[in-house]
Amino acid sequence: MNLDVSNWSLTLAGLLVLVAMWIGYREKLGIDREIITAVIRAVIQLFVVGYLLKYVFRVNNVFLTLVMILIILFNASWNAQKRSNGMAHALPISFVAILASTGVTLGVLILSGAIKLIPSQVIPISGMIASNSMVAIGLCYRSMNTKFRDQRQSVMERLALGGTVRDASIGILRESIKTGMAPTIDSAKTGGIVSLPGMMSGLIFAGVDPVRAIKYQIMVTFMLLSATSIGSVIACYLAYRNFYNSRKQLKDMPNND
Amino acid sequence: MTAILELQNVGYRAQENQILQGISLSVGAEDYLTITGPSGGGKSTLLRVLASLLTATEGKILFKGQDISEKDPIEYRRQVSYCFQQPTLFGRTVADNLDFPFQIRNADIDVAKQKSALEYVGLPESYLSKKITELSGGEKQRVAMIRNIMFSPDVLLLDEVTAGLDEANKDIVHNLIEHFHKDHHVTILAVTHDATEIAQASHIITIVKGKLEVTK
Repeated sequence: MNLDVSNWSLTLAGLLVLVAMWIGYREKLGIDREIITAVIRAVIQLFVVGYLLKYVFRVNNVFLTLVMILIILFNASWNAQKRSNGMAHALPISFVAILASTGVTLGVLILSGAIKLIPSQVIPISGMIASNSMVAIGLCYRSMNTKFRDQRQSVMERLALGGTVRDASIGILRESIKTGMAPTIDSAKTGGIVSLPGMMSGLIFAGVDPVRAIKYQIMVTFMLLSATSIGSVIACYLAYRNFYNSRKQLKDMPNND
Repeated sequence: MTAILELQNVGYRAQENQILQGISLSVGAEDYLTITGPSGGGKSTLLRVLASLLTATEGKILFKGQDISEKDPIEYRRQVSYCFQQPTLFGRTVADNLDFPFQIRNADIDVAKQKSALEYVGLPESYLSKKITELSGGEKQRVAMIRNIMFSPDVLLLDEVTAGLDEANKDIVHNLIEHFHKDHHVTILAVTHDATEIAQASHIITIVKGKLEVTK
């Protein structure tokens, strides 16, 4: 099994970027600069991470591993909060939700013996969990923003009837949590049929028996379902009160007569 | 008669717009007050401020002598209930809407009470399981109103609740308002242009450009 991509092969593969740029140019999409920036960023970031991980795996120090995980969690939280459209406390809420979802899921995986407490296993798995949690939380924020705007009167009617802010928001909360989890549920449903997911593909690539590889993929499916559900629930329940003021009124009420 | 609601120099400003200004008014218990005036004058905003869905930016409002800003807004809204002009119904069926007042009070759902309320507004018992998408505009408004009065409030704030309804539906809604006013001693504040509601009222006020212009 050839697991070494030569620099020459990588350069030739880079020609694929030209295909994307040519399409962008032909269709006047105006994304040429964006593609170049994305490619440069991806190459630099991956090289830096590659060398960093090599060092961290070699040193095998608990403190350093924790620092790496914290950096992953912070970056994931930072990206998730960008989807919140300026909601107050979005960064700490995202951090708590991603920390809890990663912590619980990782804890179960380690305690069950599915993975070992070594940097080469804990760090990549943390990254997978945090990144899926990040996407789920971002979707939750976007859904809540849209729904609190579109269902404004319905929320106000529940408040006017004497409902608590939870009574008024519960429908939106449930819909938003479902929205956050939807991509993970969809990919669980189509795993193996539409695509061979990342973990499984990687192991098969590395020469592992596909039957053994699917066991890891099943574990990944379980952990991502857990992570996105925990992340979505915590983020939605911590965030929805931000749509109300201290007098339990919906913020930014439009003034119509 | 003692004032159930007292407005002291109430104003409301949203960003740069002064929507209400210097409104002072005393509403007696069991009064029936109609609020008229040109559209865009701030009538709905006044009701929303009274419903504690908005907070007055100037002055204060007393409910039974107590400043409403010191009261729990949820408890207050159960006593001073606001009905929307074009209400949205919740969930899937009429029952989902009539269950809501019980659910928020952690009370057992009283189906008999729901059925008799439906009957009172001319809707058969079988309507409890009717889908909200199958209701006419008038039926929606009637269901929405009984949602507000399933637990009789002290004050009912009506925001043009009969606007857009046909005569038959208007009569049913007027009778319901009259019943709650006369028999349950509910204080009524109604924004309206409707002649019948104005005739039913004991007091009429007019709001023009956010200011109280006329009181009768």
